[in-house]
Amino acid sequence: MSILVDAETTFIVQGITGREAVNLTRECLDYGTGAKIVGGVTPGRLGREIHGVPVFDTVQQAVEHHGSPIDGSVVTVPPAFTKDAVLEAIENGIRLIVIVTERIPRRDVAQMVELAALRGARIIGPNCLGIIVPDVIKMGGIGGPAKDAAKSYAKGSIGVISRSGGMTTEMSSTLSAAGLGISTAVSIGGDAIIGSTYAELMPLFEADEETKGIVIYTEPGGRMEAELARWKTENNSRLPIVAFMAGKFMDEMPGMSFGHAGTIVEGKEDTATEKIARLQDAGITVAEEISQIPELMKEAMA
Amino acid sequence: MRFFEYEAREVVKRAGIPVTDFGFVTDAEEARAVAERIGGPTVIKSQVLTGGRMKAGGVKFADTPDEAVAYAADILKLEINGHMPRGVLVDPKADVAQEFYAGVVWDGIRKQPVIIFSPVGGIDIEQVAEEQPDKVGRQHFSNILPLSEFTAKQVIASTGVTGSDLNKLVPIVVRLARLFVENDMTLAEINPLGKLADGSFVALDAHMDMENEARVRHKGLLADLGVGDEETREAREPTEFELAGEAVDNASHRGVAGNVTEFDGNLGLVIGAGGGSLTLFDAVRKYGGEPANYCEIGGNPSVEKTKGLAKLVLSKPGVDKIAVMMSIVSNTRVDIVARGVIAACLELGMDPAEKISIFRIPGAWEEEGFKILEKYGVRYADRSTSMHEAAKLAVEAL
Amino acid sequence: MRSDATFIGVEVSDEVIGDTELAQKLEDACPVDIYANAAGRVEIVEPNLDECILCALCIQASPPGTVAVHKLYSGETLTDAA
Repeated sequence: MSILVDAETTFIVQGITGREAVNLTRECLDYGTGAKIVGGVTPGRLGREIHGVPVFDTVQQAVEHHGSPIDGSVVTVPPAFTKDAVLEAIENGIRLIVIVTERIPRRDVAQMVELAALRGARIIGPNCLGIIVPDVIKMGGIGGPAKDAAKSYAKGSIGVISRSGGMTTEMSSTLSAAGLGISTAVSIGGDAIIGSTYAELMPLFEADEETKGIVIYTEPGGRMEAELARWKTENNSRLPIVAFMAGKFMDEMPGMSFGHAGTIVEGKEDTATEKIARLQDAGITVAEEISQIPELMKEAMA
Repeated sequence: MRFFEYEAREVVKRAGIPVTDFGFVTDAEEARAVAERIGGPTVIKSQVLTGGRMKAGGVKFADTPDEAVAYAADILKLEINGHMPRGVLVDPKADVAQEFYAGVVWDGIRKQPVIIFSPVGGIDIEQVAEEQPDKVGRQHFSNILPLSEFTAKQVIASTGVTGSDLNKLVPIVVRLARLFVENDMTLAEINPLGKLADGSFVALDAHMDMENEARVRHKGLLADLGVGDEETREAREPTEFELAGEAVDNASHRGVAGNVTEFDGNLGLVIGAGGGSLTLFDAVRKYGGEPANYCEIGGNPSVEKTKGLAKLVLSKPGVDKIAVMMSIVSNTRVDIVARGVIAACLELGMDPAEKISIFRIPGAWEEEGFKILEKYGVRYADRSTSMHEAAKLAVEAL
Repeated sequence: MRSDATFIGVEVSDEVIGDTELAQKLEDACPVDIYANAAGRVEIVEPNLDECILCALCIQASPPGTVAVHKLYSGETLTDAA
């Protein structure tokens, strides 16, 4: 079992003819049992093929060609066009959308997220690297080419949720090397407004028998960690959580923006120090360095 | 990006919200004409991007045009929290019966904007929320349904405001919400929103922040306000080094070489991605290193962009070596980054083996990257060396 | 025709350089604009050579054996056998 995706998940790649999309399409096709990428969409390029995947002008054409509803989409189109592409996906029945694109204005993201909620669809991202179930499927650039992803992601029972794409893989690789494999890893994106927060994904992991522990990566800025701490306190969750927080130096530099768009330290409650305290109060272990995470996870699961 | 008060007031005015008849001047003598036009007591306010103006003496009340000129001259020379003023605002001193608060911000948990309103304005809204919670109303609103007046009416009424005040405030608050959305603001605040003796309302101060990512959509407005493309409006003005970093990033849309921030150490950092950079910067400092800069490579930058950034860092006075480190990469290619940083050394007539203290980027296309690094004799580490260990090695090599 | 930058070199057989259809196919295929259709002839855009992402789409778009990509740092070559 896994969350969000499995071996049967069908998806399209919107913006498939772009440099990044060409890469990730190859990677997803090669990984695990081979992703079921049933089409790509780039307006004006109907008839082309990328690594054997047919390209269409519209999502509608892709769905018609497939002959039945398509589960997901990986969206890589530039920020000025992302909202339109995501709305198009949602309105053509797609229910899981991974948005890779970064630097999308918040207003657009809020609109996409709100429409998704209305239609019962889920957005992961934006500004994220997607989802991976080790040895089964990856949806997005996460982990890189198939053999690189295989190096970083061993199959196991730890769910990973990270605001940083790179750190998803760094932590997963550290866990895998220590004999703690991954059930599902989700790169949720670094922006101030994202489709799925830690707390919103926890119920999915809770319902996944395979998942026995959770590791999260976090940064200063925003209130998603507070939301997670509150969720943990209010729900009798069976899952121990270990967190790593980067950017502690930012406590000394208020008003400057580093990291992701959601990471400006403005008020006292946003500082790294306060956040770490709040997580610990909720029973979440906070690691000092990435290399400590496997031991802490083993202790927490014991 | 943050707007100066005089700019924010202009934005508010354009949205159809009443503002005072203010004037923005950059020269003390110009204050005379404005004060004469106003024809009464004035408030002279420093235009800086930092708070604490009142305490620092950046806000003065003038009774005559002569006084206005004198105060303007003083304030134009007054540094506040490290900022020199862009100019001063000459504002009519208003006869205020009551001060209100109206603001709109993003709620990242509800994923919608939220209107915050209070009949207790003029002071810090967070303080009011703590001390008089029933006097602070909050109302989220949809981004896909049309914004309708009742939303504003609800939030105002929830704080106990009624009568003609309620009816006068509704259009103002709706317009504030609309301007927040239409201008891609991250914060739009009027504090205080003043009720005058005659019962009318006017914005006595305005604070606006526009989302950086959305600036490209508002070139017209920004041009009208005179906001230059190169102005970042961060907590402090960008240095030349930082502006050069931004130029490298803007030169191409392929990948990101962003948030180049100057520090004064001797270890140049070519690091990424966002999360990796934060982690590595913490790590370098933990092991006693002195970073010359911060930056974030991400999203698969071209060789050109990586090279541009590395050259900039290598050329910074005081930089002995650079450390090229990232968290395990998926969509950034190790071989492309290797090409970029090595090309940077070569173009500057430097030996990559000598100038690159360590190269630690595991991940996509790493074998290809290792081939390139070996060809040029650069010390590198794979994923079995943790990020913190790599930072330690980088620092020790200096 | 062969052009080498610092890390990448590209070679196109002389016999196909004048092939207009191929020139356009190569221009379309390369994600980093190494090839241009210059008035019907295949042109290598030298400043873009080091941007090569080794995708081999140019090789796939061309008749077998006519286009080769050289990795100058390792001595390896991508051809249609790769």
